[in-house]
Amino acid sequence: MSYKKPNFKEKYGNFINGKFVDPVDGEYFENKSPIDNSLIAKYPRSKKEDVNNAVEAANAAKEAWGNTSAAERANLLNKVADIIEQHLEEFALVETCDNGKAIRETINADVPLSVDHWRYFASVIRAEEGTATELDQNTLSMNIKEPLGVVAQIIPWNFPLLMLSWKVPPALAAGNCVILKPAEQTPSSATLLMEKIADVFPPGVVNIIHGFGPEAGKPLASHSGVDKVAFTGETTTGQLIMQYASKNLNPVTMELGGKSPNIFFNSVMDEDDAFLDKAIEGAVLFAFNQGEVCTCPSRLLVQEDIYDAFMEKVIARTKAIVQANPYDVNTMMGAQASNDQFEKILSYINIGKEEGAKVLTGGNACKLEGEFANGYYIEPTILEGHNKMRVFQEEIFGPVLAVTKFKDEAEAIEIANDTLYGLGAGVWTRDAHQLYQIPRAIKAGRVWVNCYHAYPAHAPFGGYKKSGFGRETHLMMMNHYRQNKNMLISYDKNKLGFF
Amino acid sequence: MEFKRVAITEQAAKIVQQLKEKHGELIFHQSGGCCDGSAPMIFEKEDMYLDDSDILLGQLEYVNYYMNEEQFEYWKHTFLTVDITEGRGSSFSLEIPLGLRFIIHSRLLTEEENKALNN
Repeated sequence: MSYKKPNFKEKYGNFINGKFVDPVDGEYFENKSPIDNSLIAKYPRSKKEDVNNAVEAANAAKEAWGNTSAAERANLLNKVADIIEQHLEEFALVETCDNGKAIRETINADVPLSVDHWRYFASVIRAEEGTATELDQNTLSMNIKEPLGVVAQIIPWNFPLLMLSWKVPPALAAGNCVILKPAEQTPSSATLLMEKIADVFPPGVVNIIHGFGPEAGKPLASHSGVDKVAFTGETTTGQLIMQYASKNLNPVTMELGGKSPNIFFNSVMDEDDAFLDKAIEGAVLFAFNQGEVCTCPSRLLVQEDIYDAFMEKVIARTKAIVQANPYDVNTMMGAQASNDQFEKILSYINIGKEEGAKVLTGGNACKLEGEFANGYYIEPTILEGHNKMRVFQEEIFGPVLAVTKFKDEAEAIEIANDTLYGLGAGVWTRDAHQLYQIPRAIKAGRVWVNCYHAYPAHAPFGGYKKSGFGRETHLMMMNHYRQNKNMLISYDKNKLGFF
Repeated sequence: MEFKRVAITEQAAKIVQQLKEKHGELIFHQSGGCCDGSAPMIFEKEDMYLDDSDILLGQLEYVNYYMNEEQFEYWKHTFLTVDITEGRGSSFSLEIPLGLRFIIHSRLLTEEENKALNN
C-alpha cells in the first residue's frame, strides 16, 4: 500500500498570539521535500521584529497561564494529545513529506510517541507534589515550584513533531509560555499542529516562529525577554546559544551530538534463537531514520571470537533493507533530509575509504527511479576500520556504520569511551554480570541494555560530555523549566533577641 | 615549501567575499556532532568567544578557520577543502539565508605534509 504526497497551501504564517500572522517584512522561503525535491510550501523568513512580537505575546500571557491550575493545564495537554491521535495519518504523511523518512516510521514511531509525550506530562503534573520540611519545632521550609516565564526552544529537523513534543509539553506543564523555532528544513508538522490546536491554549501561550538561524534563531536565543533557552543541535551552535544566554544570565539545556557505541559480547551467539535475531536487528538499527538520529548506534563493537559469524548476519540483514518510495508502507529507509546532508554523508564515506576503512556493504548514493530520481537517497553502508578513524569519531548523521572488533571487556569499555560524546550506548549480552557492569562503566546518559532506539516517556534522556546536559522525556525536565520558591516560615511567637 | 591544512574552492571564496561585504570581519568555526554538525560555520568575528582551546587551522580569504582542540586531535591528519553547495542548514551560519551551505571535502595529508604540520 502506498500513500501520496499530501496537499499544502501556497504559504503559511508564523503562529503568534493565538493566530497565524504574516512575517513583518513579507519575506518567505521555499520549503522542498527531500523525497523528490518538489515544492511543499512557502514559510515565513522571520526576522528580529517577528521574534519581538512573539516574545511580547508570550510575556503578556505568562502571568495568567502560570496561575492556571495543574488540572486545567493537564486537561489542555491531553486535548492536544487527542487531536494529534485523531489525525495520526495526516501528521505522519506531512512528516514523511517534509523530512523524507519512510511512512512506516512516522505512523508507528514519530506520531504515536509524540502523542504519548503530551499525555505523560499531563499526568505528571497531576501526580507530583512539592516538599515541606519541619526544620525545628517552629520552622517550616516549604518548596513551591514556579514557572520561569517565557521559554525559547530551538529544535532540529530529524524528528520535527517528536522533538516539538519532547520540548513543548514539559515547558507548558510547568506553567511557561513557549516560543518554538522549528528547523527551516522541516516547518510543516509544527504548522499543522498549530492549525489543529489553534484554540486550545490562551493566545500567546504557544508561539511558532519560522526562519533561518542567523536571522530568527539568533534574535530568539539572545532575547532579553526570554527566561530560558532549550536547544537540540550541534556543538558550535550550542556554544553560541550558551554565550547569548550568559548575557541574560539565563539557564539553558542542550542536547547535542553523539557517536554512540553498540557493543556485542560473544554470548549473544551462544544460541540461534529469538534473542540473537533481536541482537542482529539491534546492530542494523543504525539505518533507523536514515541514521539521522543523535543516538544513531554508529559505532559497532563486536567481540573478536564471534566477529565473522556475527557480521555475516548483520551484513545480510542490512542488504535486505528496502529503499524505495518513502510513502510506501513496505519501504524501510527513506530520503536523507536535505541536499547538504546528502553531500556531507557521501563525503564521509569517501574519507572513510581514504583512511583505509573497508566497505562491507553499501558505500554509494542510492539511485531511485522516476519521480524519486531527484531525491536524496544513500545506501545503508558498513565500514570496517579502527576507532581512531574520523568515521569512528565524527557524527555523520547518515546511514553509515563503523565497525571494529574488541578482545575483552576492558577493551570494549576503552573503545566505547574513546569519543568526545556521551549520549547513547548499547550493550548486548547474555551474561548477567556484564548486563550491569558494562553499562555502569560507559560514560553516556542513556545505555540501552539488550535493546536500542527505544524512547519511552518516563525514562530520562540526555547526554554526558560534549553531548550536552539536561534530561528530557521525564519529570526531571520539569525542573529545567522551573524556579524553586522556598518559603521559610516561623511559627515562633518570640523574637530573636538581637535588637 | 609552506604546507597548509585548509583550502577553499573558487565558488566558496566568492560567497565568503559576498558575506564579508555584508557583515564585515568573519571567522570560520568547524562544528562537531548532530544534525547540522561536522560542517564549517561562518560568523561575524565578534560573535563567537574563542580561547586557547580553539585551534587556528589557517586562513581562507583572510578569514581565520578554527576548530576545537579536542576535535582537532581526530582531524589533524586530514586536509580540508571548504566548498559550497545548495542546501538549507539550521545553524546560525551566515550563508544559510542565501540557500547555500558551506561543506568540507577531506583528504588525508600526504606523508610529507603530515611530517611538516604535525611534528
